[in-house]
Amino acid sequence: MNTFGFLKSDKRLLRAEPDFRPMARLLQVNWLYVLLVCLLAGVGYVALYSAGGGSAKPFAGPQMVRFGFGLVMMIAVALVSPRILRIMAVPVYLLSILLLGLVLRMGHVGKGAERWINLAGMQFQPSEFAKIGLILMLATWFHRIGNERMGNPLRLIMPAILTLLPVVLVLKEPNLGTATIIGVIGATLFFAAGMRLWQIVLLVAPIPFLGKFIYGHLHDYQKARIDTFLHPEHDPLGAGYNIIQSKIALGSGGMWGEGYLHGSQGQLNFLPEKQTDFIFTMIGEEWGFAGGIAVIGLLTTLTLGGMLIAMRSRNQFGRLLGLGIAMDFFLYCAVNLSMVMGAIPVGGVPLPLISYGGSAMLTMMFGFGLLMSAWVHRNERDPGFEDEDD
Amino acid sequence: MFSRKRPFRTLLRSRSQDAPVRSGRGVFTRRALVVMAVQAGVLGALGRRLYNIQTVEGDHLRQLAERNRTSKRLLAPARGTVHDRFGVALADNKVSWRALLMPEETTDIASVIERFAQIVPLDEHDRARIERDLKHVHKYVPVTLHEFLSWDDMARIELNAPSLPGVLVDVGSTRLYPFQDLTAHIVGYVAPPNEDDVAKDTTLSLPGMRVGRAGIEQTQESVLRGDPGSVEMEVNALGRVIGEIDRVEGQQGEDVRLTLDVGLQSKVLERLGDRVASSVVMDCRNGEVLAMVSTPSFDPSLFDSGVSHAQWNEWANDPRTPLVDKAVSGLYPPGSTFKPAVAMGALKAGAVTPQDRFNCPGYFDMGGVRFHCWNKWGHGMINMREALKFSCDVYFYEVARRCGMDPIKAVGNAMGLGVKLDIELPHVRAGVIPTPEWRQQHGFHWNGGDTVNAGIGQGFVQVTPLALATYVSRIASGRNVQPHLIRATNDQISGLASLDAAPAVDIPQEHLNVVRAGMFAVVNEQRGTAPKARLDLPDVQMAGKTGSAQVRRVSRALRESGHFNSMSLPWEYRPHALFICFAPYDDPRYAVSVVVEHGNAGADEAAPLAKQIMTDTLLRDPSNQSRPPGQTVAQAEPEQG
Repeated sequence: MNTFGFLKSDKRLLRAEPDFRPMARLLQVNWLYVLLVCLLAGVGYVALYSAGGGSAKPFAGPQMVRFGFGLVMMIAVALVSPRILRIMAVPVYLLSILLLGLVLRMGHVGKGAERWINLAGMQFQPSEFAKIGLILMLATWFHRIGNERMGNPLRLIMPAILTLLPVVLVLKEPNLGTATIIGVIGATLFFAAGMRLWQIVLLVAPIPFLGKFIYGHLHDYQKARIDTFLHPEHDPLGAGYNIIQSKIALGSGGMWGEGYLHGSQGQLNFLPEKQTDFIFTMIGEEWGFAGGIAVIGLLTTLTLGGMLIAMRSRNQFGRLLGLGIAMDFFLYCAVNLSMVMGAIPVGGVPLPLISYGGSAMLTMMFGFGLLMSAWVHRNERDPGFEDEDD
Repeated sequence: MFSRKRPFRTLLRSRSQDAPVRSGRGVFTRRALVVMAVQAGVLGALGRRLYNIQTVEGDHLRQLAERNRTSKRLLAPARGTVHDRFGVALADNKVSWRALLMPEETTDIASVIERFAQIVPLDEHDRARIERDLKHVHKYVPVTLHEFLSWDDMARIELNAPSLPGVLVDVGSTRLYPFQDLTAHIVGYVAPPNEDDVAKDTTLSLPGMRVGRAGIEQTQESVLRGDPGSVEMEVNALGRVIGEIDRVEGQQGEDVRLTLDVGLQSKVLERLGDRVASSVVMDCRNGEVLAMVSTPSFDPSLFDSGVSHAQWNEWANDPRTPLVDKAVSGLYPPGSTFKPAVAMGALKAGAVTPQDRFNCPGYFDMGGVRFHCWNKWGHGMINMREALKFSCDVYFYEVARRCGMDPIKAVGNAMGLGVKLDIELPHVRAGVIPTPEWRQQHGFHWNGGDTVNAGIGQGFVQVTPLALATYVSRIASGRNVQPHLIRATNDQISGLASLDAAPAVDIPQEHLNVVRAGMFAVVNEQRGTAPKARLDLPDVQMAGKTGSAQVRRVSRALRESGHFNSMSLPWEYRPHALFICFAPYDDPRYAVSVVVEHGNAGADEAAPLAKQIMTDTLLRDPSNQSRPPGQTVAQAEPEQG
């Protein structure tokens, strides 16, 4: 573990602030934000109740039980000190990579791609876990480097590898949507950690040329595979069909909706996967634009609220951790909404806390727990540094 | 916030010499604001798009939703058909009609079903299923009232349409087996797919799809099935079909043409009658199976709609095992029909020569146990040809004792016994030629007596009728022919059709000649064991070998009492009767094996049958015909339903 020498400074911190009073910290939790999270889950319950044909079974009930678990976990994680989180970053990251490797080897095939793994009888999607692992890992790494040393390109090689590893593994599953999300989260963390602009320019500029070069040297069947990635609507019964159905359902919702439990498309099972990826379509159809924009407003509030929490932290780790989680949440929402509205043709990304599914729900709540930990411990300063904006 | 003076310089600045050591919070804040701006922008754009879809385009989309929407459905492909060698259909598709009920189109479902039952009787099984379906499906999904309607029923339903609101007649396809039980074991049957099938291939969930469950239907599933097509339809808000927009026809399954001659097949079945028996007729030059009969049989078309419990139990509990294809799955001790293999094994191992004579006093003592010859008076000093002719047991006890099991097994396997034959049928069993090692693997000790017993095809030796036919084909032709049933797929004649494509077997020609001569003597010479198999045809002679396989050990006490007569035993304890033969002797063309379960004696029961079957085969001569003998192809078509 000595190769990860950055852990030393944490021991120093441990001595500097020996504060272990759980109750005091419980009061520090941002209960307004927790309330907003509960509100979003409430929206999910109501929508799933409708998706279940006006019944708590089979979706809404189990989902709420999971949310209950998730909420307890979120509060518990919020009380964990960043020092401990930084110590855990390495094993959590390595475990997530291990699980990704495992899913490639023995993945349970769900919907054509190997994304699921069966863990003690529970279906589990390691790519969700990998996002959390990466955010923790990069936040810890950049925290240790500090902003000053970001200027040295050699310092960025290791975190770049740490980012690309899960991206490549998820891409192999193959799950383009999640791989992109992981990549974007990683890039955003690089950006926010203070990567110099000249480095960014140098890195981004050659990408189009490189892409063209590589594409030119691919075999025909490999090109075809990329085309199916990018244009699933060519698949006659695949994503394209779903998107058409989704748009029709949204359109029939109109301004004020067809009424709760009265959406003809959703209730008649014309909506594919209406309880998972296309839950927002159900909301839009039954509650209209009014309901849909309210949900988008709530998602926006949670995203920007998360960013504000991140900015309030006085240590780099908390800031990056918060930003990573907020970005994760935002990307989920943005990709899912774009897909539902037919703006981008990818599938398999749920709407956080609303779509039916345990794996996504629990990882998102774990993420919110990390965000809340950054808030609770926001006043822990980086030793030896000076906040210029204080 | 951004630096007040020179924001871009601040953002671009990579290093400042005189600034204090910074924690990066300023940079973070600025950049986080950039990220937030992007986030807010994206979510705002999505909100705007939602507004566009729901209100601006809303009217148009709402119309689409309320009036017409496309719905894509897959179409089941037509399954390929199966023909015999002359093009007579053995498995075909027949148009069938089924009556469906649209629950949403009627107010009083119960009375509609009652009126329907007056036209087409519904049994309790049907009614229970309809009730279950009505509970489980949505109102706009049709429920099947009755499948496989006859033309008359269909017409009567159409006539009474006004009193049957919501009932409609749909065209489907049924699998038709014109020859029913005659070809049931070979062609097999299809049945609706089960959950496992659907999990493997989702297109099987289409209505009307069937999966081959036995015979050629099972093994050639991938050839016969084809690819589904699709049809795009206009559907109203309630999901009802109003029109068809686009139709992509699927790829029909390919047709399979068999080597079988169904005319000969029916003659063989006729000859076997109500015996529990199996017979295989093979072209011994190329391994084409011309007839393969296993009795009793079953009606394969019953599986298409689902077999009733009572019927299934009847088949499953029948000691005559109608569902088992005895020709490939029935294992029998070969009895004396195994002796040619023992002879060739011993010759090849050099343990004996064809001229060696051994004395048969009517018994054989070994290790304190006395083994009997079937003729208790003995056969005297005889050589190999005579031993085959008389089917002397003592001679082959001695031969087996001298050479041991390994050479017998090697030659037997080379002739097709005790190995799994690669024929296009499921559940093909290999049979056994036992060796001491084989016995030890099963945890038993091998006795010298076991070798002696195996020398006359008793004890642990087990073979199938198909293996016997292959074995006699290889003896007759001297070629390593592979038995096969498929002649062509989609009229593309597959390999092995040419008459001398098969390589020679690994047996010296003179050894084969000794065995052939012995088998000739069995049928055609004085005191041969099977005079009843002598052909009545001019200029054509047959060679063969009898076999009677005990299914139960005969106790010494019974044998010595002098009253032993196996015909007095209960049916299931009587020996099996076997016969293998080929003809014409001087230019072998056909090989036949016959096994009659508990038929008592090969010479009395199996040999006359084999003679009749061989006569039929020679007269039809299907291998050298391009159409059924004495008929045009059109006449050969059986009457359809």
